[in-house]
Amino acid sequence: MAGKTLYDKLWDAHLVAEREDGSALIYIDRQIIHEVTSPQAFEGLRLAGRKPWRAGASVATIDHNVPTTPFDSAADIEDETSRIQVTTLQDNTREFGITEYGIGDVRQGIVHVMAPEQGAVLPGMTVVCGDSHTSTNGALACLAHGIGTSEVEHVLATQTLVASKMKNMRVQVDGELGPGVTAKDVVLHIIGVIGTAGGTGHAIEFAGSAIRSLSLEGRMTVCNMSIEAGARAGMVAVDDTTIDYVRGRPAAPKGADWDKAEAYWRTLVSDDDAEFDTEVKIDAADIRPQVSWGTSPEMVVAVDALLPDPAAEQDEVKRSGMQRAYEYMGLEPGIKVSDIRVDRVFIGSCTNSRIEDLRAAAEVVKGRKKADSVKQVLVVPGSGVVKQQAEQEGLDKIFLEAGFEWRQPGCSMCLAMNPDRLQPGEHCASTSNRNFEGRQGNGGRTHLVSPAMAAAAAVAGHFVDIRDLDA
Amino acid sequence: MEKFVKHTGLVAPLDRANVDTDQIIPKQFLKSIKRTGFGPNLFDEWRYLDEGQPGQDNDVRPKNPDFVLNKPQYQGASVLLTRRNFGCGSSREHAPWALMDFGFKAIIAPSYADIFYNNCFKNGLLPIVLPDATVENLFKAEAASDDFRLTVDLENQQVLTPDGEALPFDIDGFRKHCLLNGLDEIGLSLQQADAIRAYESRRQAAEPWVFQEPQQQ
Repeated sequence: MAGKTLYDKLWDAHLVAEREDGSALIYIDRQIIHEVTSPQAFEGLRLAGRKPWRAGASVATIDHNVPTTPFDSAADIEDETSRIQVTTLQDNTREFGITEYGIGDVRQGIVHVMAPEQGAVLPGMTVVCGDSHTSTNGALACLAHGIGTSEVEHVLATQTLVASKMKNMRVQVDGELGPGVTAKDVVLHIIGVIGTAGGTGHAIEFAGSAIRSLSLEGRMTVCNMSIEAGARAGMVAVDDTTIDYVRGRPAAPKGADWDKAEAYWRTLVSDDDAEFDTEVKIDAADIRPQVSWGTSPEMVVAVDALLPDPAAEQDEVKRSGMQRAYEYMGLEPGIKVSDIRVDRVFIGSCTNSRIEDLRAAAEVVKGRKKADSVKQVLVVPGSGVVKQQAEQEGLDKIFLEAGFEWRQPGCSMCLAMNPDRLQPGEHCASTSNRNFEGRQGNGGRTHLVSPAMAAAAAVAGHFVDIRDLDA
Repeated sequence: MEKFVKHTGLVAPLDRANVDTDQIIPKQFLKSIKRTGFGPNLFDEWRYLDEGQPGQDNDVRPKNPDFVLNKPQYQGASVLLTRRNFGCGSSREHAPWALMDFGFKAIIAPSYADIFYNNCFKNGLLPIVLPDATVENLFKAEAASDDFRLTVDLENQQVLTPDGEALPFDIDGFRKHCLLNGLDEIGLSLQQADAIRAYESRRQAAEPWVFQEPQQQ
């Protein structure tokens, strides 16, 4: 019999019951809750007269529509509908006895930045949240994926989820990453190779020496965008980097429990003889800094490439998608990436708002200034803890001196539910995860890049190859 | 949840691949704390020529006459015919809520994104997977007809065309059972409360750290 994959092990360890039709009830260790996808779930509990199965399994925070300018209480949130969601979460978490890191709490931040940072997510857990980027947490060798609001309610009420086992996929990136090539470039490259539906129906394990060489934060960036490759869940096996990241976190085990936990966590790797339904191999040397040009994350090119010609695309459905994307983006096939001018820059989101992302951006910006043609550069740390750390390191000053804006934690311009947004027709160098039409504001044009590439574009006013920048 | 047994309805063709949930229901409408009322803002950025905001009177907004759902012949459509990877992107259940609120009962496409597909079943909306070539034929048949209607028969797992052709489709047995009977999934899962409790005590003994609660203070 073949060995088990990491996903097989996580699945087996959480199986509560199997049903004859092949579906299963799996136990959920941690649910992360935010203000946008939870109100209807709590309302459902209330209507049915149900209580949370285990309130302590959940942790909540506000992120999607909080302003990133300073505010002291919900009453300061100008947008009425945003304010109602923020206060509704406060009311719901109090009523149902769930811990919330709310306004003014240093732990408040983007769900997938806050939870691992607090040790609320530990290796081997099943983690869900009403947010598709829950896959981020898979970097800690968790089975972590997004769910809909009905499932948020189901998990609250039963601490389980009705699930069918996904297929196993391994994306192996071997070799050494070149200078200027970051975790973001790795995952954008992967999506460019396998396509935006390439991982549908699969749980992806990211493996190989290039993945292992990434920090835990970098692995989170990769796992974060699993969903942009079609896979609900992405994960990386446990190694020293995982253990070192978890040690000392507020909710991590201590003393004898730690030793026991570490011994178990170290088994959370795919067996040598494990079999995967789908395998993709990528040579790290082929990965160059990436820039998305279109309206789907698979529409991505290397910074030194020309924009692709739809006429060369054999697949008719893909070709018409490309043509539509060119029209929306106001770009032409065959132009150089460096010819794309940038109106605004956004450095943040659950993909790239952790401390090393801010350090990478600051390193590029230090001693330089924002180009006059760039209207705004937002730097939005992923949590209050990240913000504090960055300020201790003086990164905020570097950004402010360059003419960037240093903001409060939240999702911000990644999805423009708060006041941070693009105007119609504006091009944005963004460290976020989705370049869909209108995602960052009605008519806005998003280009997905790494933090260093975003910072360099802010300085130059157009995209530049980060590898050409003088130190 | 609403039952789904059999439905006959007018087909609206949305000839695009990779339609994402940001497109199905843009983020500004996610600020509602209800499950209903999203229909007028379904595909908002394609349907209207201005930028939509919650609380607007959508009847007076300028409509995009080229968008399929605005064309007179598709008024009252309840079956959406579309291309592969429908519903990709965000996990927002507001997407199926908006489709249902608009009046759609079933979707036909070659493939769906996983989370969206799952969310449909929680709401009585049936996402049907048919092969690429079959979907292509349906697009052609629809284009050649003034009033193209399909019957979706969940019990027998087939889509019936006006020509009397029966197109079979696959569906997970548990999901089919829940849809046919309009079952409350939470109630069903709670019937296994003893198994959940037994599982919890085993885990708690082996991995107590998993049950450590996040601290408020």
